[in-house]
Amino acid sequence: MKALRKLGLAAVALSAMTANVMAADIVIGIRSEPSSMDPYFHNLTPNNAMIGQVFSRLVDFDSKQQIFGSIAESWKTVNDTTWEFKLRKGLKFHDGSDLTVDDVIYSFERADGYEGGNSSFRTYTKGKKLVKVDDLTLHIVTERPYPLMANDMTTVMIMSSEAKGTDSSGKNKGISAKDFNDGTATVGSGPYKFVEWKKGEHIILEKFDGYIGEIAQPWDKVTFKFIKSEPARVAALLAGDVDAIDNVPTIDVERLKKDPRVTLSSGISNRVIYLHLDQFREDSPFVTAKDGSKIKNPLLDPRVRKALSKMINREAIVKRVMEGVAIPAGQLLPEGFFGVSPNLEVEAYDPAGAKKLLAEAGYPDGFALTIHGPNDRYINDAKILEAIGQLFTGNGIPTKVETMTKNIFFKRASSGAEGLPEFSLVLVGWGSGTGEASSPLKSLLATHDKSKGMGASNRGRHSNPKMDAMLLEALATVDDTKRAGLLAKATDMGIGEDQGIIPLHYQVNTWATKKGLKYNPRTDERTLASDYVPE
Amino acid sequence: MTVFVIRRLLQAALVVLIMSLLVFGGVFLVGDPVEMLVADDADQAEREAIIKSMGLDLPFYIQYLRFIGNALQGDMGNSFVFQESAMHLIAERMPATFELAFAALFIAVVFGIPLGIYAGLNANSWISKTIMTTSILGFSLPTFWVGIMMILFFAVIMGWLPSSGRGETVDVFGIQLSLFTLDGLSHVFLPAVNLALFKLSMVIRLARAGTREVVHQDYIKFARAKGLSDTRIIGVHLFKNIMIPVVTVLGLEFGGLVAFSVVTETVFAWPGMGKLLIDSINFLDRPVIVAYLMFVVVLFVVINLIVDVLYSVLDPRVRLQEMKS
Repeated sequence: MKALRKLGLAAVALSAMTANVMAADIVIGIRSEPSSMDPYFHNLTPNNAMIGQVFSRLVDFDSKQQIFGSIAESWKTVNDTTWEFKLRKGLKFHDGSDLTVDDVIYSFERADGYEGGNSSFRTYTKGKKLVKVDDLTLHIVTERPYPLMANDMTTVMIMSSEAKGTDSSGKNKGISAKDFNDGTATVGSGPYKFVEWKKGEHIILEKFDGYIGEIAQPWDKVTFKFIKSEPARVAALLAGDVDAIDNVPTIDVERLKKDPRVTLSSGISNRVIYLHLDQFREDSPFVTAKDGSKIKNPLLDPRVRKALSKMINREAIVKRVMEGVAIPAGQLLPEGFFGVSPNLEVEAYDPAGAKKLLAEAGYPDGFALTIHGPNDRYINDAKILEAIGQLFTGNGIPTKVETMTKNIFFKRASSGAEGLPEFSLVLVGWGSGTGEASSPLKSLLATHDKSKGMGASNRGRHSNPKMDAMLLEALATVDDTKRAGLLAKATDMGIGEDQGIIPLHYQVNTWATKKGLKYNPRTDERTLASDYVPE
Repeated sequence: MTVFVIRRLLQAALVVLIMSLLVFGGVFLVGDPVEMLVADDADQAEREAIIKSMGLDLPFYIQYLRFIGNALQGDMGNSFVFQESAMHLIAERMPATFELAFAALFIAVVFGIPLGIYAGLNANSWISKTIMTTSILGFSLPTFWVGIMMILFFAVIMGWLPSSGRGETVDVFGIQLSLFTLDGLSHVFLPAVNLALFKLSMVIRLARAGTREVVHQDYIKFARAKGLSDTRIIGVHLFKNIMIPVVTVLGLEFGGLVAFSVVTETVFAWPGMGKLLIDSINFLDRPVIVAYLMFVVVLFVVINLIVDVLYSVLDPRVRLQEMKS
């Protein structure tokens, strides 16, 4: 009896101990490894997610991409072209030094003048002049009214101006990317301190006790393990080697749901999967008459595009192909995001209506298509394309499907032969980095114009000057309500009237944790330690 | 011997040069790395700046000549993704891969040769038949699938071994090695077995075939007649003579183990060169892909040389022939 009690006590002590360990450390298996710990080296999701835990930004996105104050306590417009940011008092960097406006200006300069990295942050820094008012007050001045100031400030991370590097050339303020990767210059003010990065293996972070701000930091030590292969990631979780994983493959979702050891957390993403259609040449390379002879590109006609949209059974794709882990889409961003249109519904599956529209447009017998897409970029991308191919074929548009690896596909889709998009109809996805509708409108639907930087990813070359004007007006309207209205109107034109693209569905991302933990699903697809919380 | 080695080295240099053109050209033709590196919302000007900073706006022959010029000075270029020296990135991952390859080779030899000799000596016993049937499985099952099954059984269901990653390492002459810690060994076990399976089957088959051939030779019969013990006959006379094909093949296969442990490293998230290669291909990180493939070419050339030398040690007749030629 006594022995039994002892055993019971030991068990209690043991469980208390493991509970303690659980509360302190977490090991997270993630799919993508960042390319650097330098905050301005590469503007890419895996980097922004990882580095953003070590370096804070002026303002930041919460899990629903709503802006909250991080380094800045408050912000407002002083006049149409000046924004004022007030910094929190008592902010410290990981080395104990104070964070002031000087550090912010230093960081912006380094980001803006960055040489030699991959994709820079200049998109967000250019055209902005930073003026120090006092140690805690910063003015950012632009030439024209700039409503997206706060959204832009969620991107540029703030580093210490006292950080020292080893680069003798003086490039990038004398700090090379390598100095961040080994921790020499990795001095931020975020909730976690950088400890170690073993390439291809893991990154270890540690809680920063001096952190001031709104991010909860439940973990003392966080280990991010890089496990690219999907079955290996799931297995690592089931084997207990990691406490949590991101990017759970849809094929495993049903099975994991039934597993008592695992908790799934899924949430809608800001990424819409859609079809781009060739709208800029009379002779489109992958559209022919049914007998294979050349015809004038029918995709130029909005009625044809609308008809194709009606031929797609989005419910079926979501249910069958996506295993229920997606949401049918009617526009660029899901409900709840800034600037979405209240008027647009998900296009219903309507073969009869499609046929009627095709006849109206002068194609009662249809035509033949070859559609293209990547097979390793978006969740189930190749399978979605095949489903669409079958739906088109079944509704009188004989369709061939060709998929290829993403690093070949994107090149050909944006600038194949002669620097023009090579395909007639492609499947692509778009995540709104700014968390509102102007991002996809500007890149996907605005007229392709190199000099203005508009329509950079407009692979169908859709163009509607009226919509462009509406968008430009929105981009210069500081008043939030007014701007939201303008963006919604632009969306109504680009998708509702023109069917410039055909939206299919919004991705739903799934994270898995061992029992006792859960994840606050993030619309920006980032995996952050602070979003793991006890269940 | 010296003339032979010099001639071989010249041949090797030519092979390396031709390979460099093939590899560089092949990688150059595929896709566009900028599309992989650029942020979604970057505008056209940003794209052009990246293209320029990587020198991708230059015609192919200039890019190639630049590459050769730098390579001759020992610089294989900088990774597009990490902007660090490609050779440095590969060297960083090398210990992990060599460790895995050595462990796999060890398993293949230590288990393969005795099993093969046994199967050769007792060709008709049921144990031998079991060994041979199993070795067919080792040949024919895809590494990827076997790896996943091993993870499923040993890590997920039984919970005996970790499913992925590399364990604790210790510093040995400045190189991080995990073979000397218990945690490290437990991590290396599954991937090493996975990688070894194919080689193990091969060694078994080679050793068996060799044994069957040698055991009927006159000198074995003579040794038997002389009254030598079985241990000595098998351990010395037979062993030495079946080792020549085994060493040749293993030498070349070791190159294969190192160069193409890609699948195993991916399945087990082993942070070696193979995983680096796959990641680099995904990102179209051309300099790393080229540097890696060039490394593999050089590796094979060197291994071939070593095998030739080992040959002559094992079988003096090879040396004699070499002298004559």
